[in-house]
Amino acid sequence: MTKKRRRLWVLLLCGLGLGSATALTLTAFQDNLVFFRSPSDIAATAPAPDRAFRLGGLVEAGSVTRETGTDGRPTARFTVTDGAHAVPVTYTGVLPDLFREGQGVVTLGKLGPDGVFRASEVLARHDETYMPPEVADALKRSGHWNPSQGAAPPASSWNTLEPARRNGS
Amino acid sequence: MIPELGHFALILALALSLVQAAVGLFGAQRAEARLMAAAPPLATGVLLATLAAFACLAWSYVVNDTTVANVVQNSHSAKPLLYKLSGTWGNHEGSMLLWVLILALCGGAVAAFGSNLPSALQSRVLAVLGLIAAAFLGFILATSNPFERMWPPPMDGQGLNPILQDPGLAFHPPLLYLGYVGFAVTYAFAVAALIEGRVDAAWGRWVRPWALAAWSFLTLGIALGSWWAYYELGWGGYWFWDPVENASLLPWLAGTALLHSAIVVEKREALKTWTVFLALLAFGMSLLGTFLVRSGVLTSVHAFANDPARGVVILCLLAVFIGGGFLLFAWRAASMVPAGVFVPLSREGALVLNNLLLCSIAAVVLVGTLYPMFADLLLSEKISVGPPFFNTATLPLAAPLIGAMAVGPMLPWKRARLAPALLRLWWVALAALAAFLLCLALEGWRLGPALGFAAALWLMAGAAADIAERLALFSRPRAAWGRAKGLPRAAWGAALGHAGLGVTVLGLAGMGLATDRLAALKPGEAVTLSSYEFRLESVRDVQGPNWTARRATLAVTRGGRPVTVLEPDRRSFPVARMTTTEAAIHTTWLSDLYVVLGEERDGAAILRLHHNPLAPWIWLGAAVMALGGGLSLSDRRTRVAAPAARLAAKAARA
Repeated sequence: MTKKRRRLWVLLLCGLGLGSATALTLTAFQDNLVFFRSPSDIAATAPAPDRAFRLGGLVEAGSVTRETGTDGRPTARFTVTDGAHAVPVTYTGVLPDLFREGQGVVTLGKLGPDGVFRASEVLARHDETYMPPEVADALKRSGHWNPSQGAAPPASSWNTLEPARRNGS
Repeated sequence: MIPELGHFALILALALSLVQAAVGLFGAQRAEARLMAAAPPLATGVLLATLAAFACLAWSYVVNDTTVANVVQNSHSAKPLLYKLSGTWGNHEGSMLLWVLILALCGGAVAAFGSNLPSALQSRVLAVLGLIAAAFLGFILATSNPFERMWPPPMDGQGLNPILQDPGLAFHPPLLYLGYVGFAVTYAFAVAALIEGRVDAAWGRWVRPWALAAWSFLTLGIALGSWWAYYELGWGGYWFWDPVENASLLPWLAGTALLHSAIVVEKREALKTWTVFLALLAFGMSLLGTFLVRSGVLTSVHAFANDPARGVVILCLLAVFIGGGFLLFAWRAASMVPAGVFVPLSREGALVLNNLLLCSIAAVVLVGTLYPMFADLLLSEKISVGPPFFNTATLPLAAPLIGAMAVGPMLPWKRARLAPALLRLWWVALAALAAFLLCLALEGWRLGPALGFAAALWLMAGAAADIAERLALFSRPRAAWGRAKGLPRAAWGAALGHAGLGVTVLGLAGMGLATDRLAALKPGEAVTLSSYEFRLESVRDVQGPNWTARRATLAVTRGGRPVTVLEPDRRSFPVARMTTTEAAIHTTWLSDLYVVLGEERDGAAILRLHHNPLAPWIWLGAAVMALGGGLSLSDRRTRVAAPAARLAAKAARA
């Protein structure tokens, strides 16, 4: 084989490899990128109903209710808030060990047509003082927390569903 | 006193490694025999100094010296001795020290066993290793000194992250680092070859054992990490496509490609520039992995360090070593001329295909891992890339790779025809088809797992066919035993490595059939999952050495006969103020029963039950792969030509 033909082969193979990798990456990106949305983002623009995304914020104080479904599967309902807006969430499964009211939380799932977010995963870290960076960012954007002024304010003051209680506390 | 000695030893190691780099490079350039002869003793000196520093840190941990800030932050007197020791490398400073220690170990090995190398090559390799060691020692001393004192000393330490207090994870970092840092040696060989402008079969024989040893350790390290995630994180999964997991997969993919292309250099003197490129790439991926894990740029379940300033320094080191390596490559690569003919359809052609696919997979994984970081920096958009992306993007590339894995070894070097090779694989294809149909018949229309079983059988039977072919088992069965004794161990090792991947794929396919169930049970109640009945007997309090726990007791029966008793824990660690779930696992080798205890409410305990068919084989397959690597290392060919393999084998035994 001549040098020229060999070079052609090498170029062809590299092009094939790179091309297929790029094509696969792009098609997979199209369907599988998971965006992060805060409750305020959802209030501003409603996300597509069949697309999974991550919703993050604080678990609103007093919003957690637990029940056991007819098939014996435990379900939790709670509200995720960033101070300005809130989104109700349902989740069936074992909640993480450090899932608490007032705790920063990131959930993965889809928004139903009724406005309820159906989570398939709830992520809370194994550390009581941990604040997910996305949640910290969302809180900063909604103007409810300036991290330079100390820790996040107490969860009870985040309650957006009952403005009276927020003013009272 | 002891910590100060350690600090001093670290500074000594830095000074020695700087001298080692200067003497090695300068001596080789000027062909000064006396300077070149100084490089190996200097490398031994660096090894001794680093070893002393590491021993000092380990001593501080074992006696729980609370005047050392690092011990205070990561240890506690109530911790069992094993975790006091493993705590030495369970934090940022200590793990960087371990990294450098292993690098010094590699340098010492090249010094001790490389006496039959051309002296210029040896001193250049040692110089590059010295340069890397100096950079990382400087990084440790400047930004993350493990021997920093603290005054006044607190009463006790703050404890180690409880999910790290586990025997599997105690040995995960050393194995992983042996893999990462092993590629530093192949990198050093590549840089030395670029400086000399010469790559030949002897170079390939030298590089291959190192790549093989590093690859085997990396395989074990990744498997151990995945196993830990399976039983400790309590999610029932084994691979989450988490950035930190990907960071260890990337050097593995590049290293696998390197391993195979080094064979071509050795046998055919072809693919030289490409092999050098892969050697640079494999270490680049290792450094990238270190950067991703140690800088905290990525949010991840595994990321335990969070310090941007250190990240910037590691990023600079990454840029210098990788950028420098590739600059040298661009400048000098043209000087390496391939020898001999190269026909696409041949053993070497199949190995090129292997390299192409492995690098494509690595590229896809790299993009998926880094894209969220760049999206955050450049577009300020918070994005995560999850398992669906990696599955859809890598599986189409992995499928032809697995397909070619059984065919490749059947092809002769130089020039081959596809038809005879495929004909010899007819019974392998039949076995794969049988597995496919059997799975469909037993489990219904589950295409993914069925294809997985077919791929597993294809790989395992393909490896058997390769060996049978070499022994002429079917054509001349009488002579087979004699031929088996004469067959080089590298051939056995290669077949074993391929079969090991088949075993892993078997486990993955089995996990595709896994079922799980969530249930809230009161004591006395029972629930059924895939013909097993789980009855909750009690939930009680348990006291551990440094934790308290709620422990559930479940009796598992199948068809009325008792199978096992499972006791999952929910532990709280008062020192770290953390809660962890401790899954209870019963394995029958054919399947795992896996139970996690969740919260309790209204007198009922929430339990997550998993039935994971063939799960243990995922990690056993990795062990088989590593065993294949070890067997290949013990081959006479590598031993005679490259004594360094002896050390690697010794390290594998230790």
